[in-house]
Amino acid sequence: MYTFSSRLKTFSFILMIVGVLGIGYSFFTAPKDINDVEAILADQHGHHGDAHAEAADHHEAKDAHVQTADHSEAAHAEASHDAHGHAADAHAADAHNDEHHAHLEHVLHQLQNKPWAAVYVAALFFMLIALGALAFYAIQNAASAGWSPVVFRVMEGISAYLIPGAIIVFVLLVLGVMGTHHLFIWMDDEVVAHDHLIQGKSGYLNGTFFLIRAVIFMGGWILYRQYARKNSLAQDEANDNSYYKKNFKASAAFLVFFIVSESIMSWDWIMSVDPHWFSTLFGWYVFASFVVSAVTVIAMVTLYLKSRGYLEYVNTSHIHDLAKFMFGFSVFWTYLWFSQFMLIWYADIPEEITYFITRINDYNLPFFGMVVMNFVFPVLILINTDFKRLSWIVVMAGIIILCGHYIDFFNMIMPATVGDQWFIGAGEIGAILFFMGLFIFVVFSSIAKAPLLAKRNPLIEESKHFHY
Amino acid sequence: MSNKVIHVLYNDDDILMDAVKQTRAAHHHIEEIYTPFPVHGLDKAMGLAPTRIAICSFLYGLVGLSIATAMLRYIMIVDWPQDIGGKPSFSFIQNMPAFVPVMFEMTVFFAAHLMVITFYMRSKLWPFKEAENPDVRTTDDHFLMEVSVHGDVDQIVSFFENTGAVEVKVIEKH
Repeated sequence: MYTFSSRLKTFSFILMIVGVLGIGYSFFTAPKDINDVEAILADQHGHHGDAHAEAADHHEAKDAHVQTADHSEAAHAEASHDAHGHAADAHAADAHNDEHHAHLEHVLHQLQNKPWAAVYVAALFFMLIALGALAFYAIQNAASAGWSPVVFRVMEGISAYLIPGAIIVFVLLVLGVMGTHHLFIWMDDEVVAHDHLIQGKSGYLNGTFFLIRAVIFMGGWILYRQYARKNSLAQDEANDNSYYKKNFKASAAFLVFFIVSESIMSWDWIMSVDPHWFSTLFGWYVFASFVVSAVTVIAMVTLYLKSRGYLEYVNTSHIHDLAKFMFGFSVFWTYLWFSQFMLIWYADIPEEITYFITRINDYNLPFFGMVVMNFVFPVLILINTDFKRLSWIVVMAGIIILCGHYIDFFNMIMPATVGDQWFIGAGEIGAILFFMGLFIFVVFSSIAKAPLLAKRNPLIEESKHFHY
Repeated sequence: MSNKVIHVLYNDDDILMDAVKQTRAAHHHIEEIYTPFPVHGLDKAMGLAPTRIAICSFLYGLVGLSIATAMLRYIMIVDWPQDIGGKPSFSFIQNMPAFVPVMFEMTVFFAAHLMVITFYMRSKLWPFKEAENPDVRTTDDHFLMEVSVHGDVDQIVSFFENTGAVEVKVIEKH
């Protein structure tokens, strides 16, 4: 039996407290109205420091605008109608003011979205890690894999986070439907009223159906998780393999449910933040991203427990296999990332290509940086057989992969919600720390509740002697 | 110098694996083992050096990648630039995403084919080669271990008869 060490428990609480402070700070400092936004924008254009210079600059811009308006009117008005020219001047200035106002409103919404988006990305990311570990566990069960039963309890422990994680994400979705935050613009009736494309999708993209789907998916996943865990523990004390067989059947059924629900989940919770844009392989792409993160977390938790003297039957061959999955899923993720990118890049259809233009123009560093972190780095470091057996290399590569896939989810959500106002500040880091702390607390509490060896699993002997 | 070898036949891979461990513990030299299918872990049990074919494969992949890159640059950019879907055809780097599938396929193609050819050459296999297999039963359901003989033949034969062998033969090799 593993006991949740008080040091790790304290560490997880510190993470949560620091995280809450970061999130609170980002909500507190988010602009309240357009005057705040004006100040923030003035700050961003560093070279005009004080408000006075800014105002002067404003006048200049306005003048320039008026002049161009004058020009277009010139042919019509000529010199004979001075009064008309004046009217056009005033009108143009008004239009400019409106435009400026609209821009400030837009930036205000983006900046008000920012703390919500930061919380949403981190909440989703850690929940999907737990879901990925659960799917990986179901695959091991359904395939009757002989190598992995010694790390089953680790996978079950990680999947325990699915329950609090899913509840938090669900609350965030409900808040969206209620209009507390505006991450999903299709939930805003005002927007839909002026948007023909979203109107066409409103039979699917509407608040009620959206939440019904979320309840069914999360309910189904949690149901399988609890059932499989219960059977796995019951199998420890059983005299026959009936619980193992039940788990085998449940896992096969769950995988069918999972692949459909996962795909729809990715459209609902991620792709719909850009309601005009769609990609047919998006579900697979999201799956690849979170399953590689999940396998990485399984490997890291296993190595942590091993370093504390637990999991006596886990040997380097098990770590080697997990590292192979990290390598393989990294390549799989790249394949899907590139497939999605290249088809859209080549076809160059306006409503599709905007997705990548935003990312390449406004998110250049995170967008291409994550390809280096999620593909180039793991391929180069994990291609070597011997490296896959070294704990410190697996942990190092794992940290890079996890950061890279967080950025991947960041890139999925932020461009549509925050636009070019993104930066990784107190809110983003606070949200990561908070959910990491919660994740560590829930996962290790769950691991501490059961023996670390599924001793009566019919394949446990094979797993103990597994060698490559 | 004795040219004698012993052929020891087994009918189960687990028995073979145990016999290999005993043989090595008794310091007999295993010349070769013939099996009807690949036996997992046999190379380690025999103490063979790890294969270097993975390194070859990686290098061949790099060759394929380089050839594909050079080929596409010459064909699509230098020699005959074409306007395909308005993509920038005068710059390799800007047009590169369109070439990635070809570069990937050529990498795999070179790595796979050259690796197989390397394997054949290292194993001294070529078309119309006479089979080296000493006993046809090893293509069916038997495992044959060939051990060189140094010292007392009778003693060695009795040693192998105790390792679960179904047959032990002393052969004069030419």
